[in-house]
Amino acid sequence: MDAAPADPALADGRTLRLDSALALLRQAGQAEPSAEPGSPAYLQALIDQLVDLSSRDALTGLANRRNFELALAREVDRVARSGESALLLMVDIDHFKRVNDTHGHGAGDLVIRAVGQALTDSVRPMDLVARIGGEEYAVLLPNCPPAFGPQVAARVRQRVARSSVALQDGQRLVVTCSVGGAFAPQWVRSTPGIWLQRADLQLYRAKAEGRDRVCLEHTAAPDVSVQERDMLLGSHASQDSE
Amino acid sequence: MSQATQAGGARRGAVITAITSGKGGVGKTLVAANLAAALARAGQRVLVLDADLGLANLDVVLNLSARVTLHDVFTGKATLDEALQPAPGGFSVLLAGSGLVEYSRMTPEVRDKLLDVIAQVRPRFDQVLLDTGAGISDVVLFTVSLADEVLIVATPEPTSLTDAYATVKVLATTQPARPMRLLVNQVQKAGEGRAVATQLQQVVDRFVSPGLAAPVRLLPLGEVPLDAAVRTSVQRRQLLMDALPGSPAAVALAAAVARLLPP
Repeated sequence: MDAAPADPALADGRTLRLDSALALLRQAGQAEPSAEPGSPAYLQALIDQLVDLSSRDALTGLANRRNFELALAREVDRVARSGESALLLMVDIDHFKRVNDTHGHGAGDLVIRAVGQALTDSVRPMDLVARIGGEEYAVLLPNCPPAFGPQVAARVRQRVARSSVALQDGQRLVVTCSVGGAFAPQWVRSTPGIWLQRADLQLYRAKAEGRDRVCLEHTAAPDVSVQERDMLLGSHASQDSE
Repeated sequence: MSQATQAGGARRGAVITAITSGKGGVGKTLVAANLAAALARAGQRVLVLDADLGLANLDVVLNLSARVTLHDVFTGKATLDEALQPAPGGFSVLLAGSGLVEYSRMTPEVRDKLLDVIAQVRPRFDQVLLDTGAGISDVVLFTVSLADEVLIVATPEPTSLTDAYATVKVLATTQPARPMRLLVNQVQKAGEGRAVATQLQQVVDRFVSPGLAAPVRLLPLGEVPLDAAVRTSVQRRQLLMDALPGSPAAVALAAAVARLLPP
């Protein structure tokens, strides 16, 4: 692995083995770069196409988990510096296993695609919609004021519930989804992991409360519930202070 | 620079401790000043920074006049060295000055200026105490995020306890984990502080930790009794530990500090 200066093999792109890269692109339905094969322009275009391919989910064409994690880390840094408000929504298809079990995996794939499309249609072009797991998606919304959060999340949920999926046997299938969301901590340098965890916790709540609904974390001061207060102060104290 | 100056970054120089409470009037500034004096006595180079941006009573407690302040540093009228002043307890203070009230809302400018001040003081001290404002405003949450450790001051009184809990909750759920200590002030009978700490820990275990990667552990730093000596020392504008070192509150504060110091 000695660094040989001006290695002729590096200078001449025609000697690179590109077969599997080109096969991958063909499989993904992308044309071979139009520039002169082996030229720097050709190689750059090829790399760009591969980068694009490795940041997308194969089934839906949405951003994949890797791409999403990069974007999330960037956004955490940005809101720490600018104080802007950003929202993260976690979306999970309700009872997806039933779709697979009843209609087969082909139908499951159609549903996954349709939900991805519904999500993309329900947010702004600047927002990032990603498929991050089997039937789980994330939507990253930069510059989204807290007051808009409930509205945006409700629109996402409704759009999914209103879109019906045409199956190959002619049946139409309607699925619902649960949505959990949390805003990034403004100004404070936090971690993508913490943000994700908070949004996930809300998704878990939405599932536990019966699915097909939205749960958003309260912004600003965290709510201290009656149960928390009672336990903290003992029931006598909480009666006194009420 | 901002990486290194914030929690989680590689640390060089002072340990930065944010002293915060949720509710105001629980003795944050008293704790900050006396903690600083005790740390200084133990040979540490200590700075107390009025992170309440002009609303802290640090100057009153320490009988200092705010000649050159953080505000002058922010506006470029003075250097940091000119603004650092010696306090009676053998430590340094950086007063905010009332002009900083205009900075009490977070902006990218306030953020950058505070980061810059922290970066400058960190290599010059062993301990930096941030006397933060009351409540959990964005300024408070930001200043706390700059710290390596958090010291929460609470009293057994219900509103203080509830606000302390809300502070723990928001810090645990939105900021990276770091040591969080609890000092219970103004206790009316011995052992009350331990009871309060246990209670708080139980509610945290039940309602906060389950959603987190690792459970939150509040490290008890002890209790300080409600003591008329505190008022006397403030009226005399003297440090409690200097003015009335034998008073129950001063003895308790000294014991709390001893738990903080490296063996």
